[in-house]
Order: sequence, then structure tokens, then C-alpha cells
Amino acid sequence: MSEQVFTNLTNGGPISVYVKDGKITRIRPMQIPEEEYKPWVIEADGKKYSPPKAMHCAPPVYSERDRFYSENRILYPLKRVDFDPKGERNPQNRGKSGYERISWDEALDIVSGEIKRITEEYGGSAITGMTSSHHNWGVVGYKMGPFHRFMHMLNYTPVLDNPDSWEGWHWGATHTYGFYWRLGMPEQFDLLEDALKHTEMIVFWSNDPDTTRGTYSGQESSIWRVWLKEKGVKCVFIDPFYNYTNAVMDGTWLAPRPGSDTAIAMAITYVWITENTYDKTYIKEKTFGFDDFKNYILGVGDDNYAKTPEWAEAESGIPARKIKALAREWASKKTCLSSGCRGGQGSACRTAFGTEWARMMVLLQAMQGLGKPGISIWGTTMGAPADSDPWFPAYAEPQGQMGRANIAKKKLCFENKTKQRLFRLTLPEAVLTGKEEFWGDGFCGQSLEQQFVHNLYPMEGHSKVKMFYRYGGSFFGTMSETSKWVNMYQSSELEFVVNQDCWYGGEAKFADIILPACTNLERNDIGEWAACGGYTTNAHIGCNYRVLVRQQKCIEPLGESKSDYEILSLVADRLGMKELFTEGNTEDDWAKLFFESSDLSKKISWEKFNEKGYYLTPVPDDYKPTPSMRWFAEGRDCDTPDTSNPKKGTDKAKELGTYTGKIEFASESLRQNMPDDKERPIVPHFIPSWEGYKSDPFKKYPLQIILPHPRFSFHTHYDNHAQWLNDIAGHRVKKDGYYWWPARINPIDAKARNIKGGDIVELYNDRASVLCIADVTERIREGVIHSYGCSAKYDPLVPGKADSTDKAGCVNMLTTSKLVSKHASGCTPNSCVCEIRKWEG
Amino acid sequence: MARYGIAIDIEKCTGCFSCFLACRDEYVGNDYPPLSIAQPKNAQKWIDVKEIEYGNGSKLKMDYIPVMCQHCEEAPCMAAGPEGAVYRRDDGIVIIDPEKAKGHKEILDACPYRVISWNEEKNVPQKCTMCAHMLDSGEKTVRCVEVCPTGAMVFGDMADPDSKISKLLAAKAEKVEDFKPEFGTKPAVKYLSLPKPFIAGEVILSDKPDECLKGATVTLTDDAGNTVLKTETDFFGDFEFKGLAKGIDYTLTAVFEGYFQEEMTVRTNSSKNVGIIKLRAK
Repeated sequence: MSEQVFTNLTNGGPISVYVKDGKITRIRPMQIPEEEYKPWVIEADGKKYSPPKAMHCAPPVYSERDRFYSENRILYPLKRVDFDPKGERNPQNRGKSGYERISWDEALDIVSGEIKRITEEYGGSAITGMTSSHHNWGVVGYKMGPFHRFMHMLNYTPVLDNPDSWEGWHWGATHTYGFYWRLGMPEQFDLLEDALKHTEMIVFWSNDPDTTRGTYSGQESSIWRVWLKEKGVKCVFIDPFYNYTNAVMDGTWLAPRPGSDTAIAMAITYVWITENTYDKTYIKEKTFGFDDFKNYILGVGDDNYAKTPEWAEAESGIPARKIKALAREWASKKTCLSSGCRGGQGSACRTAFGTEWARMMVLLQAMQGLGKPGISIWGTTMGAPADSDPWFPAYAEPQGQMGRANIAKKKLCFENKTKQRLFRLTLPEAVLTGKEEFWGDGFCGQSLEQQFVHNLYPMEGHSKVKMFYRYGGSFFGTMSETSKWVNMYQSSELEFVVNQDCWYGGEAKFADIILPACTNLERNDIGEWAACGGYTTNAHIGCNYRVLVRQQKCIEPLGESKSDYEILSLVADRLGMKELFTEGNTEDDWAKLFFESSDLSKKISWEKFNEKGYYLTPVPDDYKPTPSMRWFAEGRDCDTPDTSNPKKGTDKAKELGTYTGKIEFASESLRQNMPDDKERPIVPHFIPSWEGYKSDPFKKYPLQIILPHPRFSFHTHYDNHAQWLNDIAGHRVKKDGYYWWPARINPIDAKARNIKGGDIVELYNDRASVLCIADVTERIREGVIHSYGCSAKYDPLVPGKADSTDKAGCVNMLTTSKLVSKHASGCTPNSCVCEIRKWEG
Repeated sequence: MARYGIAIDIEKCTGCFSCFLACRDEYVGNDYPPLSIAQPKNAQKWIDVKEIEYGNGSKLKMDYIPVMCQHCEEAPCMAAGPEGAVYRRDDGIVIIDPEKAKGHKEILDACPYRVISWNEEKNVPQKCTMCAHMLDSGEKTVRCVEVCPTGAMVFGDMADPDSKISKLLAAKAEKVEDFKPEFGTKPAVKYLSLPKPFIAGEVILSDKPDECLKGATVTLTDDAGNTVLKTETDFFGDFEFKGLAKGIDYTLTAVFEGYFQEEMTVRTNSSKNVGIIKLRAK
């Protein structure tokens, strides 16, 4: 049989899949004939910038074939050997016991039988379930498709996600400049052109965009940063780690102690205030409450002190003269602040009181005229010219979800009778103690007030949860203090646990029943590159071309795996709910319905889209850039394609989403809703971390550890499944036949502990113990350990024992489950101390 | 006749390892007779990316050097094996014949770049084929170059003066060099801006230690007393001399009006962060 080529899409880019004799032989970035590309051109300083005629995926995507055929694929339904739904369930053995292969019939009977039993006994609210993000891609088959439709149909108790990559922006910056509909992250439209034309300096603050890559847009922006470097734009990096972007840009490196970033930011404003080098007209016209802030910075009033560069030096270890020099240069040049890969994000926002850092990032730029040419908050990974007008569904927006979209006859996600909710960060406590409270609705994208909602579990008239349906990925590597997840799984409160996934992740073997799902290479779907929709509208602007993809089924599902939609249809059938769930549609019927509801159907027929496999949306010849926040700086109505901005198109279109419509140095939304919150005060404060360099735990564990987002994997995806990655030393390192997770340590700290590069080391504190391989490097500042928080594998020395040493590098077992602050329900993996010693076995 | 080559600009390489992974995708488990047999899983690196960390303290640099078979004009591996076991095609690509090279481990040992791997199971040496099977089927690029996100890697016909690679090599001729030129094997893989030692530091004034000093003049002078390089400190008071030759003794001088100048000797056996230079007031 000759080779066939199929089109498909991943979380890091579009691909061409080559199949021969029923086997995938090769996977390349999507092959599009050169003549079909119509690249945009940006002119700046007499030079023309234009992207290459090619697609550049994220590196792990090039290991997709290895991931697909991984020995860690789940190929058959499995039952834990000592789980008997009619007898002994042995929940205490979850994570310890082995599994036996069972038939699909048996597996479906058990799952549907348990759903029936638990619903009858306790009601639908006793069923909970949750998904990881991005192990697959596609509108129909991905997490907010069939899984949400199915679970809501059961009237389940959802587990709300926390905005785990941008906590401080979500819980803090929203109260400074609005953008709650973007979960606190700023617009990024047309900022590439703005930077190429105007920006003279970029301050990368806690940001490594060459590693985090605009989240889903692969390496499309790598070339942009090369252009900026060649243009001679000065780059400064503030990060305890000499990060990969710093290496590329050859910038100046300032390495503060973790948790001191807010102090540095405040000292910069101190210099501007005392030297009169800030934009006073902008402050007067565009902002609110500056005098309160100024008083706080200058140390006016009781219990206050001046936030001088010398004070910030004592906190951060960055010499005061460097802080002053940076402040002066910043004020005298058109400076872009790059504080996270999407503008907002960055490790510093995932810390104790990380709200205050994110608020300060906005206020820094407000003092220099945020939105004026060259003065932006820009991650350098989004902001290419693009035609954002044609609508195409994306998984995170209601019209892209089969449980909510108008194409569905029954919008089951809106019909869930259960009002009770759980929260991912406190889920273990909720299950283990039987009660829990938390602030906010997880992703609070509807209003500023949504953060002030107080949730109680169990909710009156609802049951505690008894069944847990887990879908895709593992949290042992990515959430905080994850040994608690082991305890949760072993609780008899959870009478039944299902795990449905394509690959074994750390969590899969804590289930009673494991269901084998196929990947999106084994089913039909549609999707747009990088476009998640929802709270990040038009995320395709991280790509050089807007690519809509017909995700073609490349081969039959491996083993006995089935698509998520098929699995859930089969369960629904046994529940007598098949018609309700499917509405008589096959998976591909849904894909076609979504396509027909989109603007693409006006440009290309379904048949043609099917056959060709992709559609490139060209940038119009008369494209007019609308740089982010320019409208605000110039006092015009919002003119960007930020369609979710609720004031856009109204008589308040000139305003931001704050209560005053201005940038708030003193937050009105905090003043009106939580005026007495000392941990998220009306004016941002520097508050020392409860687990920082001056805390009590630091006396016992004198090393801080940071866990940024990974370079060669995505969340837990690709790690442990695509083993080709294991030969990249920055990802894992082989020693004695085992692939170890690296922990980076400064030579001074290593020497003091007699640790050499390549030694197996134990990272430990009161919460956990994790083994890693030491990478002794000057790239990490003294006193700090760097290790990525995303191992897919969980490999405790004593299986099923929560406090057992993990061998696979789940460094998040060390981090605390304490939240950003009392009312800011974010995770804090970068506020953690530990000690490290050579592992003698 | 074409003369295929690859040019690699180290300044543009981001160390993303896409080239390494795309190479594995093409060759692991896939035979391309008669040019190559399948690469075993997690056992070989036909292209590797060497990470170079240099400098120290706050003055640090990272570079990446992708290294694969250099497709040398004077390839020592060709001489090592029996007749025809390793051959050079008319287009310059060096191929190990998977049949004729069976059992000849000496081929592997002959390569000074150490880019040939040994397939234990098949008893044969293996390496990069510059995706010759793709070129033979009419493709215009090779896998590692195709996925390079910044254009740091350029593939093409070096015999054609109008090709992209020829133009690049001509335009940046002063930056072009061989990796390990001391091997003298005339590689078809060319490098631009390979890492070189640098000297960096900061200048401050002893009576103003709390301020960064912009605009101090810093010079490097060689043995003969010639000023080789001259720069000024930036707004952080930092200076840097990049791209220096290795193993040279320089005199580094920092000057600022109204202050005594400071001198020191710096040897570029490796990159140096000379730290803070304090100038005393006259």
C-alpha cells in the first residue's frame, strides 16, 4: 500500500501524518504548498519583516509519533484486581494494587452500574469528575465536548479549575485594569508591529517565552525575537533562572530571590516618583488613586516605610544601583514589559501574594503610559497581523461546546440541576474532611464580583461526592502538595473512581476502572491552531498564519481504545440516555454541524475542507493594525478584536473593565467588596511570603525552589510517553537505566552539600521527598533550586504510600497547597523551601 | 552537479531540539534502502545539540551547536572501511552502505566528530544521510532544517551561487567557519558565529558606589600595545567584548574622566567575568 498523508492538529501545531500499511511512519509540520502562503509584511525602520512560508510547531510535537506508539498507551479496559463493585472495594489499595484486563462489556456494565447506583442512592451531585487540559486537540472530541455534555447530563458536581498559569493576574491585576473577561491577561493585538516600530527596550520579568511559547502557538514567535535582537532592542531579564529566552536574546540578567519581585517593582516606582520621571498627564487622565499609592511607596503614614532601591536590594539581592539604573533607562526609553508569555503569566504570579506582583506590573506600565507606541505589556508570543473576523468554533467558548452550542437540540450543560461545585486546589481536603470552602468560581471571567463568591461544600441539599470520573493527564506533577491526592484517592469516601485517558499518567493507576481512549489522530474532528477561545479570544494571533484544520482520522484506534465520544455514548446507552446524549449524531455529524455553524462554511464546502484538510485565512490587503490599549491611551473607543470586552460597542467603550473605567492604583472593586483584606489590600502592598527567604520554614530548609512551566513537554503531556524526549538533557537524564528529572542547583550550593552534576539527589521538606538528577549550573542563582513542575510519571519507592519518596520527579509534592492569599484562590508552587542532599539509596 | 550542504547560524539557534526530534521521527523504525536502515529507539543521535554554557556569575551566555555528520570532502570514515562501505555521492553526501559496512566498527572509530553510531542488533555503523532519500524523491529540504523555527539552519546547493545557502555563506563570509577545523576534513556543514570567549565586567566610581556608571571607556590592548577593541559601559555600567580569540593575553583598561584609570591583564583561555572595576577619583 502506498503512503497516505492526513492532516491533524496538536496542542503545539498543525501536522501532516504519513501512514503506510496501517502504521504512522512520520509526522511533519503541516505540509502546505508554498504558493498557498500569503505572508503578512510589517514595515519598520525601512525594513520589511515577513514570516517564513512554513509552520513551526512546539518541539514535543515532533515526538508525536513516539507518543502515539508509546508503551504507556492504555490499550484495553482494566479493572483493579482487588476492586469488586459487588463486594470488597478496597479503596485503601488504590495506587498499590495491579490491574487485570476486562472486556468492554464488563467495563461499561461496571461504570454504568455505579453511575446508576450512586445516582439512586445519593443523587447526581455525588458524582464528580474533572479533566486535565490539552492532552488532545479538537472541538468535538476534547474535554469540553463530550465529557462536559455527558457529566452535566448526570447532574454532576463540577470541579472548578484554578487559573493555574496566571493566578496573580486573575486574582490581582483584574482589580487594577479590568480584563476579567481575559482572566486578567492583557490584550496582545498587533503588538509585534508596535514593538518592531517603536520599542527600544524589553524587560522580560519572570518570563521565558522561548520555553512557554504563547501556550499553543508552537514556535511561531521565535523568529520575532530574532528580529528584535537583530534590530538591537535592549533586553533585560529579571528571573532567578538564566532562562532560555535570555540565552537567545543575550540580555542583561538580574537574578532576584524568589518572592522579592514586588519589592523591586515598587523600588522602580520610588525612583520614578522621586525623580519625576513618570507620565503625569496619563496618571491624571487615565488612572485612579495614584496619591494613595504614592504615599505607600514613599512611606507616608503610620506603619509605613519608603520602598527605596536600598530596601529592595535587601529583599532581592539585586544591587540598588542596578534597580535605579533600570528605572531610569525604563523611563527614558520606549519600554515594553514582558511579564509572562501572554503578557500576563510568569512564575512570580504563582506565589504567596502573587496578586501584588501582577498588579505592580500593570502599574509600572501605567506610570509610563501603557498603550502609547512602544509602551506595552507584551509577552512577545502573540500579536501577529491576522484576520480575526471569520468565526470558527473553539473548545472553550459556548458555541464550540456540544453541551452548550446552538447546534445542540438539548444544551445539557445548562440543564445541570446540581449547583454544588468543588475546586481543584482544595479537592483533596474536600474529599478527606467532607467539607470545604473556597472563594471565587475558579475561572472568574464573568465579572469582578465573581471572585467574591463564597462557596461551601457540601452545599445544602446536595450529597458529598462518592464517584470520581477522571479524564486525561495527571496532576501529581502539576498541582501543589500532591501527596494529598494520594490520600484522597485512598479515601473510602470515594466509592468509585474511573480514569479515562490515552496514556498512563501518574493518576491512572489510582482508579478502579481504567478506560482506554484513543487520541485525536484516531478520530475525525475539526480545530483551529492555538485557538482555545473563551477567555483568550483570537489566540491564533500567536501564529504567523491562521490555520483551520480538518482533523482527519489517520488510522484505526490502537488496541481496543475508542474515542471519548464513543465511550461516553456507550455508557449513556446503558443508562438509557443515548438519544439524549447523542441526539442521533455520530462524532463526525457533530464536526459537520460545528463546521456549518462557522464562517468557514461560507468560504469552503465541507467536502472540500474534508479533502484538503486545512484552510489558511489570509490577512486582508487593507489590514489596519489596532494595537492593544492604544485606544485607551488615546481616549478612543476600544477598536481591537477583543470581542469579549463587555464595554466594546457601548457608550463606555473608552473605558477599561474596572469600576472607575481607569487603571486603579487604589482598587475600587477591592475597596467596595473586601475593604479590610490585609492580604490583597486596596493599594498593592509588599507582603513577605509565609514560605520565603525570611520565613520560619526557611530556617530549617534554606533553599528556595521554583517550578516554572516546562520547555520540552506541555503540562504533563509528552513526558514519559514520548521517550525520544528523554535524550534531551534539559528534559530528563538517563542514569543507571532510569530517566531522572533534572533539578538545577548553583555550584556554591552544590559544593556546600558535596553534590556534583549527575548525582542523584533528594529534594525534601516537611511535606515530601522527591528524587532528581543534579544539574550543577550557574544559570540558577545561589540559594535557589530550579526544576520544572510537570512530570507525567509518579513513581513512589513504596507504591500507594502518600509520604513515600517519589523517584520520577513530581517536585510539586514538595510545594504547599496554601493559596495566594485568603481570598485569592490561586496556587503558589513558587513559594516553597526545601533542602537537598545526595541520595545514597 | 549539486554540492549539498547545511549552514548553521549559532546566533539564531534557540536550542529547541526540534532538529533532533524531527530526525528521530524520520529514521526511528523506518528503513530507506539502500541508503539507510532504521535507527533503533533511544539509542542514537544522528544530530545532537551541544549546549555550551560559558562565562560566570551574572555574566553568563548559552549557545547551542547542532552537530551531525559533517559530510566531509575528505572523510576519514571512507578510508576506514572496506571498498564501498562508505561512499561519497556526486552531490557530496557521505553514505554508509548498511550492507557493505556490516561488522566494520572501525568506521565508527575513524570519525573525529564522533557522529557515527553503532547498531548492536544489526551489527552496522549508522549516521545522518542528509535525508538523501528525500532529496532523491524530489524534496527540497531535509527534516532538521525544515523544523528550524528561526532559520538558523539553511540547506541547499553550495555549488549554485544563487542558492540561499550560497548567498548566506557569501554575505557572512567573515563569520563562516568549520566546527573543529583542526580535523581538516573539509566539511559540507558550515557554522556561523561559533561560541568564542568573551570578557565582561562592570565599572563603578569608588566615590559613587551606589550608582551605575554609564559611558566609561573600556579598551582591550594586545601584547604589541595595539588597541584591539574599545567599548563604553552601558546604563548598567556593564561592558562586554564578544567574539575574542582564545588563549590571548590582553590588557584591559577602564577610563573615566576625572578618575585614575585601572588596568588588568586578562587571558582568554576561557570567558571571563572580571567583576567590578572601581575607579578612584583624581
